[in-house]
Amino acid sequence: MSILYFLVQQTMFFSIPLLIVALGGMFSERGGVINIALEGIMIFGAFTGVVFINIVQKSGSAINGQVLLMLGVLVAGAVGVVVSLTHAYAAINLKADQVISGTAINMLAPAFAIFVGRRISERGTQQVHFEDWFRFESVPALGRIPVIGDLLFKNAYLTTYIGFLILLVAWLMLNKTRFGLRLRSCGEHPQAADSVGINVYKMRYIGVMISGFLAGVGGLVFVIPTSREFNATVSGYGFLALAVLIFGQWRPLRILGAAFFFGLLKAIAASSSGLPILKDLSITAYFYKMMPFIVTLVVLTFTSKKSQAPRAEGIPYDKGVR
Amino acid sequence: MDYIIEMVGITKRFPGIVANDNITLQLKKGEIHALLGENGAGKSTLMSVLFGLYQPEEGVIKKDGEVVKVNGPNDATKLGIGMVHQHFKLVHNFTVLENIVLGCETTKRGLLSMDEAREKVVAFSKEYGLEIEPDALISDITVGMQQRTEILKMLYRENEILIFDEPTAVLTPQEIDDLMNIMKNLVAQGKSILFITHKLNEIKAVADRCSVLRKGKYIGTVDVAEASKEELSEMMVGRKVSLEVDKPEMEPGEVILEVSGLTVKNKITGKNVVDNVGFRVRAGEIVCVAGIDGNGQSELVYALSGLVKPDAGSIVINGKEISHETVRARGGDGMAHIPEDRHKHGLVLDYNLAYNLVLQRYFEPKFQKHGFLDYGEVFAYADTLIENFDIRSGQGAKTVVRAMSGGNQQKAIIAREIDRDPKLLIAVQPTRGLDVGAIEYIHERLIEERGKGKGILLVSLELEEALGVSDRTLVIFEGQIVADVDPKEVTYQELGLYMAGSKRGEVVS
Repeated sequence: MSILYFLVQQTMFFSIPLLIVALGGMFSERGGVINIALEGIMIFGAFTGVVFINIVQKSGSAINGQVLLMLGVLVAGAVGVVVSLTHAYAAINLKADQVISGTAINMLAPAFAIFVGRRISERGTQQVHFEDWFRFESVPALGRIPVIGDLLFKNAYLTTYIGFLILLVAWLMLNKTRFGLRLRSCGEHPQAADSVGINVYKMRYIGVMISGFLAGVGGLVFVIPTSREFNATVSGYGFLALAVLIFGQWRPLRILGAAFFFGLLKAIAASSSGLPILKDLSITAYFYKMMPFIVTLVVLTFTSKKSQAPRAEGIPYDKGVR
Repeated sequence: MDYIIEMVGITKRFPGIVANDNITLQLKKGEIHALLGENGAGKSTLMSVLFGLYQPEEGVIKKDGEVVKVNGPNDATKLGIGMVHQHFKLVHNFTVLENIVLGCETTKRGLLSMDEAREKVVAFSKEYGLEIEPDALISDITVGMQQRTEILKMLYRENEILIFDEPTAVLTPQEIDDLMNIMKNLVAQGKSILFITHKLNEIKAVADRCSVLRKGKYIGTVDVAEASKEELSEMMVGRKVSLEVDKPEMEPGEVILEVSGLTVKNKITGKNVVDNVGFRVRAGEIVCVAGIDGNGQSELVYALSGLVKPDAGSIVINGKEISHETVRARGGDGMAHIPEDRHKHGLVLDYNLAYNLVLQRYFEPKFQKHGFLDYGEVFAYADTLIENFDIRSGQGAKTVVRAMSGGNQQKAIIAREIDRDPKLLIAVQPTRGLDVGAIEYIHERLIEERGKGKGILLVSLELEEALGVSDRTLVIFEGQIVADVDPKEVTYQELGLYMAGSKRGEVVS
């Protein structure tokens, strides 16, 4: 049993950031803007969030760990929004190729994190350290529930629950609100939206900004449980989140499923040497590490034909063309 | 006189052209007013001015006699003006109801509340006879129901002035009749309708008055009851045009094209988009494939012309099986093709006219000199075609084709295809988007080729063309030929039933 608990706990650490970032990508793409910059925005968010936490921890403040984590999440999200605005401006106002402006952010982000990291660190290294004040050994009360407590409420982080909250809010916003209906119409048929008086540019800006916020948050959420330092990378999680988004067919609940699928593969890869069954197979660990990416390729090959991508995705909206 | 909306003395200039030159359009309350004009006459510019997308240099818009300023579509909505666009503005994966409420949704505690909207929509749909399914997805319903959704969108917004932009282009004859009834119903309830079209029959059927535009100028407004179709068309074109196609009787000769069991599958769904199609085209005969757009016409022609490989069946030209031949080899066997999309498959838009005219024959020895193109010969050949086919362009053979008018682009394709002296000419919607004068020219050319003993396969979405020009009409529905009729004996209504799939006839192939 303890192996199962361990695997589920690990899966959470990997799945939740994928879920948050893919939901972010969903808001951008359902509004009609491809956001391939998720990776870069994650790095920006994780970097500033970790630096913020590092500064507060070094200042000798006696702040509560969970409060500090919340503040870090907000900092990461805010920075994500700012970065995403550059993508929104290029994609919406300048009608640039959205893949190129996204790629620019992806290339800038690690360079920025390395450069600034070395500048501010005393030892001149790019790694930014933080102490783990955030882990719940066991959530009060809930952790004592048999089985479920072991699975979900032990060895956990607040960010896991925030991830589920974001899923709920995202589902409601997209499917049940006026904002969601209008955003989706901008991603499918912006001319139709425009003809009924919806400001397509404004809706797309909001979509991209939400994706920036969630990608920034997702960056920090990825780093906190899996590491004690930030080293200018989120290990391709932004791109994996894009795959989750596509595999999840741009819908919140399917994205949840896809995120857990990839999270599980990642967890197996990370702990293959600790799992007796896999250890006995004596397959090289690299194989498990490759799995998520190979599965991504295979899955996308087979699902791309039935893709339900927003129809106007990636096409700059031009009022003049009708 | 109480006009509900007036556009008085509108002039709109673009660099180099006057798109609207002192145009006046006055819509009475409770009338159906037709706006008639050829492509490029300035109808869409005028509507863009009404919706505030363009600001006119001169002229004013009045609502109930008061001058109003329209700065954008939202202002137009406030004035109660709504429009059914030629290309519907509907989101394909939304329900009918979602499309209707989009932009003026009602919410409760931040969440959408659709119940009120549903009641309102159902009430309107009963009141005006607009049959819809509120919860069906747009992608699952017929074009007619999509159009009714668009009409309900306007009613939901309580628009008083309803503009229909070429609303019948996508409908079957039965759906057109329904629409005409709906329009009459709407004006009976006090709405006012502006009906943009170039189809004279429909104007005669429903409109009270008709304003005519020609080349950006206002020609006049007439009472429809007092004007004949001939008079209307003369106002529109500026000269007398024959609405009837004159063609001599011909006795068809030997079989030129024989198609049997032709099947093309959709690569994604695996469905047969062309389903076991068989027919013959004989020399001196125009055979028309009629049907509603999207019933497999395009795929049938792709298979015939070699753009896609058929999954089964045979195509025989003059006794030679060609279904595995390349596009160029088919040309050599006597097939010529005037494609549906002249920009995509007909021309290289950024090449000049001479290169485009020689596209099908540049490899012939005549145009080759030591393995290089003989440009002298290419341009000389182009000049002959330009002369013979009256292709008009700014700089003759050197004109970049993109800069030419649609009618002259089409003439260039026709010149290129006909001059190769083919045995079989496949013409797909050859008059699409052209004005009456150009249509007349193209029909005359087709009949001339028929007179020379060519076999002609015409694919058309226009009923008048399908019945007026052809000697035999095949109806295609969901990839199958469902009828083979004599255009002289069949009625529009009967043809409409075949096209909608509700009737099947004897198919002699």
